[in-house]
Amino acid sequence: MIDGATLTPQPLLHATALSCERGGQRLFSPLSLSVLPGDYIELIGENGSGKSTLLRTLAGLHSQFTGEYRSQDALYQGHRLGLDGLLTPLENLAWFAGLEDCPSDRETTLDALDRAGVLVKAYSLCSAMSAGQQRRVAMARWLLSSRKLWLLDEPLTALDASAQGLLGEIIAEHCASGGAAICATHNPIDISNKSELILQADKLGARS
Amino acid sequence: MIRAALVREWQVLLRGRGTVINPIAFLLLTTTLFVIAAPDAMTTAADQSSAVAPGVLWSLVLLTQLLALDSMYRRDFDSGVLEQTLVGAQVPFVAVLIRIFMQWLSTGFIMVGLVPLLGLMLGLSSQALPATALALLLGTPALSLLGSIGASVTVGFNRGGVILALLVLPLFLPTLVFGADMVISAQAGRSVMPQVYALSLISLVALALAPFATLAGLKISLEMQ
Repeated sequence: MIDGATLTPQPLLHATALSCERGGQRLFSPLSLSVLPGDYIELIGENGSGKSTLLRTLAGLHSQFTGEYRSQDALYQGHRLGLDGLLTPLENLAWFAGLEDCPSDRETTLDALDRAGVLVKAYSLCSAMSAGQQRRVAMARWLLSSRKLWLLDEPLTALDASAQGLLGEIIAEHCASGGAAICATHNPIDISNKSELILQADKLGARS
Repeated sequence: MIRAALVREWQVLLRGRGTVINPIAFLLLTTTLFVIAAPDAMTTAADQSSAVAPGVLWSLVLLTQLLALDSMYRRDFDSGVLEQTLVGAQVPFVAVLIRIFMQWLSTGFIMVGLVPLLGLMLGLSSQALPATALALLLGTPALSLLGSIGASVTVGFNRGGVILALLVLPLFLPTLVFGADMVISAQAGRSVMPQVYALSLISLVALALAPFATLAGLKISLEMQ
């Protein structure tokens, strides 16, 4: 079926001349980008080039920037996972669902945990889980979210080989179903249809 | 969203009981220290009322609240729950309000229940006890609300305790003045209505302003890391 929306899809994110700053110091040269449904963008750059700051800016957590951007509500995954150690994965995921107002029942939540390979830990406290297992719980949360735009900051951290494969699968599926993801990473994720965005640290350190 | 946030806060409260028990233990211990150090000042005679007890009680309540405030947002900040709340929540304002309410429930509200015990230890006259409980019930919400502002600004610091005290204690002064005065009036048998109005006013103004200021403070803290 062809309709207007499929011919000219609305960008999930549109940024013009965007550049982030920290302490008055510009981190990278202004960039413009448009993220359409189905896009997977790998954000590459050396340490300190502003990958994390760019993602935090797009998530609305960082207000020191020049240029402008418009974006839909995004799912942001930073270095801190947002899992409460005193709660079980099930309880954490229920909270995430409530936060984003997306429907969730026990059945689908357990399915997501199963897919992420942490079903056995569904009822134990997150503080008792390993770093990799917590990352897997966070992946289960992505599966449940209804947000189209994913902003992932180094999601490969602490994941074993099978989980890294699963991560690629999950992102590819998400993009195939009309979502999009921007992913800051140092190791390429195995996804066939990707574009790369290389951040150059602003050597001049232009004061603004 | 409100339900999910309340459920989470409640579960965390039940499992992290230390955050509730520690400040209360602190309050009881420091009260005991006062009684031991200055037994004459805390008269327990039924016909006499202690002159310093109202001030001591309210000062200790303030310090207890300060102790509890330091950890108000720290766990959520460290675990990333806070940034997820600001990114993900439809209305982060409500999440902040719920956090403040739960913080009050686990400190100020419990202190109201401890009034008979504290009054007995400090030698408050028994006729002043209901008014003391009312003073705490009306005054402690302001402490949680105003304290939340300071906690939100200092949560990013590793050792924010001292700065928190410097920021927040001046904001607590109006509550301290009217709270202690209400207990003094009750001991003397005077009407406490003026102080009831004043404490209610302080708490309501704090309720109107503090959540917005807290939200701004949290955003700044998340940006500074």
